Amino acid sequence: MKLLAWYRSAAAKFFHRSETADDMDEELRTHIQHRADDLERSGLTPDEAERRARIEFGGYERYKEESHEALGGNLIETAVQDIRLSLRTLRNSPGFTFAAVATLALAIGANAVVFGIMDGLVLRPVNVPHPESLWAIEHFESYPNYIDLRDRNRSFDSLAAWKMVFTGLDTGNDPANATGYATSGNYFDVLELQPSLGRFFHSTDEHGPDSAPYIVLTWAYWHNRFHDDPSVVGRTVQLSKHPFTIIGVAPRGFYGTLLFGAPDFFMPIVNQEQVDGQDLLNARGDLQGIFETLGHLKPGVTPAQATTDLKSVAAYLEKTYPKEVGHRDYTPAHPGLFVFGGPARAFLTGLMLLAGLILLAACANLGSLFGARAADRSREVALRLALGSSRRRILRTLLTEAMLLSLAGGTLGLLGSVVLLRRLSMWQPFPTAPMRLPVAPSATVYWVALILALVSGLLFGVVPVRQVMRANPYEVVKAGSSGRIGRRITVRDVLLVVQIAICAVLVTSSLVAVRGLERSLHSHFGFDPRNAMVVNVNLPQAGYSGDQLPIMEKRIVQAMEAIPGVQRAGLATNYPPLVYAAATGTHIFKDEARDLRPGNAAAEPYRYDVSPGYLEAAGTALLVGRDFSWHDDENAPRVALVNRELARKLFGSAAGAVGRYYKLADGTRVQIVGVVEDGKYLSMTEDQESAMFLPFLQSPPKASDLIVRSNRDPKQTVTAIRTQLHQLDTGLPADIDTWNNFLGVALFPGRVATMALGVMGLMGGMLSITGIFGMAAYSVSKRLRELGIRIALGAQRTELLQAALGRALKLLTLGSAAGLVLGLLATRVLGSIVYGATPRDPVVLGGVVLAMALLGLLATWIPAQRALSLDPLILLREE
Amino acid sequence: MPDHAQLLPGTLDLLILKAVSLGPLHGYGVLLRIGQISDSALLIEQGALYPALFRLVRQGLLKASWGTSENNRRAKFYELTAAGRKRFREETEGWNRLATAMASALAAKAEEV
Repeated sequence: MKLLAWYRSAAAKFFHRSETADDMDEELRTHIQHRADDLERSGLTPDEAERRARIEFGGYERYKEESHEALGGNLIETAVQDIRLSLRTLRNSPGFTFAAVATLALAIGANAVVFGIMDGLVLRPVNVPHPESLWAIEHFESYPNYIDLRDRNRSFDSLAAWKMVFTGLDTGNDPANATGYATSGNYFDVLELQPSLGRFFHSTDEHGPDSAPYIVLTWAYWHNRFHDDPSVVGRTVQLSKHPFTIIGVAPRGFYGTLLFGAPDFFMPIVNQEQVDGQDLLNARGDLQGIFETLGHLKPGVTPAQATTDLKSVAAYLEKTYPKEVGHRDYTPAHPGLFVFGGPARAFLTGLMLLAGLILLAACANLGSLFGARAADRSREVALRLALGSSRRRILRTLLTEAMLLSLAGGTLGLLGSVVLLRRLSMWQPFPTAPMRLPVAPSATVYWVALILALVSGLLFGVVPVRQVMRANPYEVVKAGSSGRIGRRITVRDVLLVVQIAICAVLVTSSLVAVRGLERSLHSHFGFDPRNAMVVNVNLPQAGYSGDQLPIMEKRIVQAMEAIPGVQRAGLATNYPPLVYAAATGTHIFKDEARDLRPGNAAAEPYRYDVSPGYLEAAGTALLVGRDFSWHDDENAPRVALVNRELARKLFGSAAGAVGRYYKLADGTRVQIVGVVEDGKYLSMTEDQESAMFLPFLQSPPKASDLIVRSNRDPKQTVTAIRTQLHQLDTGLPADIDTWNNFLGVALFPGRVATMALGVMGLMGGMLSITGIFGMAAYSVSKRLRELGIRIALGAQRTELLQAALGRALKLLTLGSAAGLVLGLLATRVLGSIVYGATPRDPVVLGGVVLAMALLGLLATWIPAQRALSLDPLILLREE
Repeated sequence: MPDHAQLLPGTLDLLILKAVSLGPLHGYGVLLRIGQISDSALLIEQGALYPALFRLVRQGLLKASWGTSENNRRAKFYELTAAGRKRFREETEGWNRLATAMASALAAKAEEV
């Protein structure tokens, strides 16, 4: 009842705020008039009566205010008042306000960005119905193996599979490169998707090779290339010169089952040979057939049960096809990030942790600044207490201040992170490989930023609470501001040390990363990417297949070498080393081996089918033996080149390997005719791997990349290459880029890691500067009088600085040392992401010490100047 | 001028309830009525009446409505609600008990102890 009445009056007040105020005003005025009427009747003049009435009424504003409060529902007004007061206070100290808002904006912004990336890549599942029961086998597989997996497992409703295809899509007059998924017929049904236009293809459409010439466009491709034209359904387009009918458009927001991919279309995998130029449907041993296998688990089946189930299928495959299938390890994972999932997750989690630490450091920083301010304002607080203000009210204003700052900082940080995330989601780091970063800011990011802002506001807002609660108005007013200086260790000191340590960790790890990146840019790859172009001539896309391929490829190599300035040209299949982080490993056997099952393999080198001239074009040194010639064709004895590592593995030494034989996976005997230097093949950070090079004329026809070494300007070379290709066949599409640019892909993870750590390190550094600065400035201003007396008594400058800043510097040293040790421990993890990242590097150690010393110098410079320029006379007079 | 007794905390509310219980009154009227029934022995600053009035309204013990005063001025009139009447009875009893107890306590003489 009472509560109800209170609510009613509060609600009425809220909605009719001005009405209530007018009402109250009128009522109080009426009272005074009534009193004046009475007084007038008793003989006073009207003016005098009015005056007396007012006096008798007492403090009009005060009672009005009290009445308001008595009426309830004053929260909003008090809040508005608090905010107004806080704004005024903050305006009075613009330096503090700016520093606080900037610090928070940076810290919250960093968190929002990292969280946005994490949300887009790790937390959010692929955009299909029921993603929680969707599991994938995330590694390369052959198509026949996939069929067995699909039919023999008992855990999945059904299994779909897909591989990537790179081709050209020609609507009749505008051929353009396009990437797509070649999928099993059941792909869309397994994912439970419905088309936004037209229809999907199904497993019932598959009737053997090349039986389903249909494609489904992604919504984005339909939107961008076909401008939302609904009449595209039913139209026929050319993929690699083969007609395909557009039968539908995938739902909006569906970008396939790889989070960072952006395919243009989907086609049935049974038609893959028309686009790939080689048949993968029957090649059980060829692991390029399938990129990823995925499906929904049956209700009640756990991932662990599925793993066991798949293991039995793997055992069956290994037993039934001993020659083609080795040990397979099927562990289902949630799809989306493919094999990059593990490292990406680990890296992002680490980054999130660092960002969290930064925010924590920022809070510690602001907390101590706030505490210092509260101490400086203890006189004001004491006065307010003495004048009857309640402690609660004072705390509320302090907290309001903290909240205002953190909300302002949070808003700024969020704005910055939105801009950054938008740009990131548009980012195309690799011109030749379409990529999509699904990190556009979402509602979740906004919420996280808001919550972070509020929490950090609370965190640093409560620091001065104890101080205010303990404040004794009489003491403070009496004693003035020269409180005693604590010699014991305070919370503030601990906060500062922790913060400096965090900063030192960040500085250390970013330095380690930068050094590692620098080293990997100048390391030896086993080839020379400078002055070399990688030309991807997509012959299958131009309609060449089978035996036509090598003939055309030979003509192209010869045409390239005819270009003036070109020293050598050669081609390689399976992507040249360090291009697209792609390479194919294959089993080989000792010559005497009889049982050619994968378990008995002598090694698993990367395999490159290369043309004569490739070694020179790539700049790979031949250590002993001879290079291939155009006579090493299908009619000649089978030969091979191996790298030093493989020679060592097989025969103990490079020199001893030449002339010896070994066996390929299919049992073919090949003779080693030469040994080449070791290099990097798949990634910068790999251990030394073995590799072999076979003459492409002795291998099955396959699409390949061309390496062209030229001493001319790259631009001119590109033009010349295009002209030559055009003369050979006007319809030849070609991607041309420098090998160095392709290395960008291999360096990408390291670059991103370095960049992220660098930014974090910078922020950590800035935070430490403000932290140390705050602490030093505060301790100087607190001890102005003491310092003044010291000067008056003839203290030397060094003694003075020692007194003023000794504590700050001690804390700095302590924090830096702790941070350096922690940082060196932490950077062991970095070694897997950044090539050559090692903490045992004098440059890193020196760099960290120097950086921290510089930070300290920078942060204590102004307070030191202030301490040194004190005039004792003025100081002592003031007190 | 008679000696003014200081108002004990909490007694103002009871006085207001008493004043209003005798018939609807506007704020100034409440003040006059209190002066009248207490023989002007109790004095409060006039403005202090209003926070108390609003507090009682908020507690649902009084209700207010605009009307016209005897001076022909627009004024807000207060009257007891049912809850107000109940509270007034309880508080009066409470006060009487306390007053009796205090009176007998203060009247005690040495030989009675």
